[in-house]
Amino acid sequence: MILTLAVVIGVLYALGTYLLLQRNLTRIVLGLVIMGHGANLLLLVAGGRAGRAPFVGSAPESDFADPLPQAMALTAIVITFGVASLLLALAYRSWMLRHDDDVEDDVEDRRIARTNVEPGEK
Amino acid sequence: MRLLVPLPVVLPLLAAAVSMALHRRAVAQRVLGFVVLAISLAVTIVVLVGVRADGPVATQVGGWPAPIGITLVADLFAAIMLVISAAMVLAVLVYAIGSPRTTDDALFFHPLYLILAAGVSASFLAGDLFNLFVAFEVMLSASYVLITLGGTREQVRTGMTYVVISLLASTLFVTVVGLIYAATGTVNMADLAAKLADLPEGVRGGLGLLLLVVFGIKAAIFPLFFWLPDSYPTAPTPVTAIFAGLLTKVGVYAIIRTQTLLFPTGDGPSLLLLAIAGATMLVGVLGAIAQNDVKRILSFHIVSQIGYMVMGLGLFTVAGIAGAIFYIVHHIVVKTTLFLVGGLIENATGTGALNRLGGLLHRAPLIAFLFIVPALSLAGIPPFSGFVAKLALVQAGFEIDRFVVVGLSLAVSLLTLFSMMKIWAGVFWGAPEEDPPLLAARGDGRLAAPALMVVPTGALVFLSLAIAGVAGPLYELCRAAAAELAEPAPYVRAVLGA
Repeated sequence: MILTLAVVIGVLYALGTYLLLQRNLTRIVLGLVIMGHGANLLLLVAGGRAGRAPFVGSAPESDFADPLPQAMALTAIVITFGVASLLLALAYRSWMLRHDDDVEDDVEDRRIARTNVEPGEK
Repeated sequence: MRLLVPLPVVLPLLAAAVSMALHRRAVAQRVLGFVVLAISLAVTIVVLVGVRADGPVATQVGGWPAPIGITLVADLFAAIMLVISAAMVLAVLVYAIGSPRTTDDALFFHPLYLILAAGVSASFLAGDLFNLFVAFEVMLSASYVLITLGGTREQVRTGMTYVVISLLASTLFVTVVGLIYAATGTVNMADLAAKLADLPEGVRGGLGLLLLVVFGIKAAIFPLFFWLPDSYPTAPTPVTAIFAGLLTKVGVYAIIRTQTLLFPTGDGPSLLLLAIAGATMLVGVLGAIAQNDVKRILSFHIVSQIGYMVMGLGLFTVAGIAGAIFYIVHHIVVKTTLFLVGGLIENATGTGALNRLGGLLHRAPLIAFLFIVPALSLAGIPPFSGFVAKLALVQAGFEIDRFVVVGLSLAVSLLTLFSMMKIWAGVFWGAPEEDPPLLAARGDGRLAAPALMVVPTGALVFLSLAIAGVAGPLYELCRAAAAELAEPAPYVRAVLGA
């Protein structure tokens, strides 16, 4: 069980990292979301083995699942969700303004790099 | 006292909700924001005085005891940061209200600004790693919207970089929180201080390094600073000023807090941190020298200055950390002021490009004065606050014979002075190469500046002079805060009880 989850988490991180390294805004957004899923699963696994729902008196305490990482994972999911929607809105705005989906370079930086090279010396 | 500690977070959050309901009434929003931030400044001062007298205070939110519940802790370091950030937030709000054709009229500027203030306070007060993460997210979510408020092409481009890099850092933060919980079974920092020490050296080192990367991205240390000079300058001036003053410093605060409480080196300075500090100082200032725009020069200087703070921490002596805290206080004031002056220049002339500006010394002597004081202070010229802060760091370095990094920091000071003089020569001396459009010219050829923009800028200039004036007592305060960080037993007792 834990091994399956560990492999899933690894795959999610790998996939997220790969997508994050692309130059395409949509892929970057998807990469971040997938990586966020991996992180949330990791929080869940950090709580140790699975168990019963931790209601006081419903079962012996030793059978309970650890509720703290679950609460943390829920919080993290909400945050990931909110920020992902903002990112999508930004990506859409970027597409509206430029009609393409690529990430641009720092314009001013490129300009300064060019001005400092003497014409003639490459 | 316990009841006062959550107020710097709760008050702005509640006010943000009310402010959102008032979104068609600009005057009501402005009054509300000003009054609430003024009250929270007063509260933070009371907290600082109380903590100075009685030691660290911890509030268990909702009555759930640590290490399970949410804990807010105010020790001396947190209280100092709270006071200085509350003062900045208030001053910049007045500036934002006073500046024409910005931000202040934009829908939801005021609620977002208040949420940002709440998030910054919450980061300083957070007593466990997960709530530190939540506080960061509150602050960053507000900042994502503020930095792209205009929705122009340039803002969307740079805002995207900013959001993506911050989000990556946040994901890594969740990862490290999960790993720490898996290794120790707690995320409460006071609890972790004891439990992390029992972990094998390799696991502990890995966790510490991952945490350093997470906060390093937020604090913009070398080699994780590349997003900052690109994204900050495009936002409206009040937004850039508050980001420059506070957000990276929240990252530095988190680095100092976690490195001293969770991963103390035990004996001697940390070579890794000193190397990072040196590289951050040098690369930042070299980047600044190459730039041609006032706000971009200032943005690269943020990076360079972060190096000084990390240097103080890297020395890992009480004197070093005290120097770092003093430097943070001085830097927050001076950097915010410089960006506000940059905004005054742009407001008066319509541009921040050095090669299009010139001769402002005669046309706007007041702006020139407001610029030169913090500029000289940033470079560390006596008798300004930057001199005292750098002196504290240099002395701390000499005490334990770290001559290389001290020498580097002095060389970087000279380069800082050089690039400040570049702004001075470009903006205030000479004549403009091309005539910039003078938006605010008056009849006598002088440039006007709105009173509500000049007054908060002037107040901050005065504050930075005051820091130099009361340097002795203030340094004692920083030293006491550093002593608390070096000897965390009272902090742990305040959180866990007994």
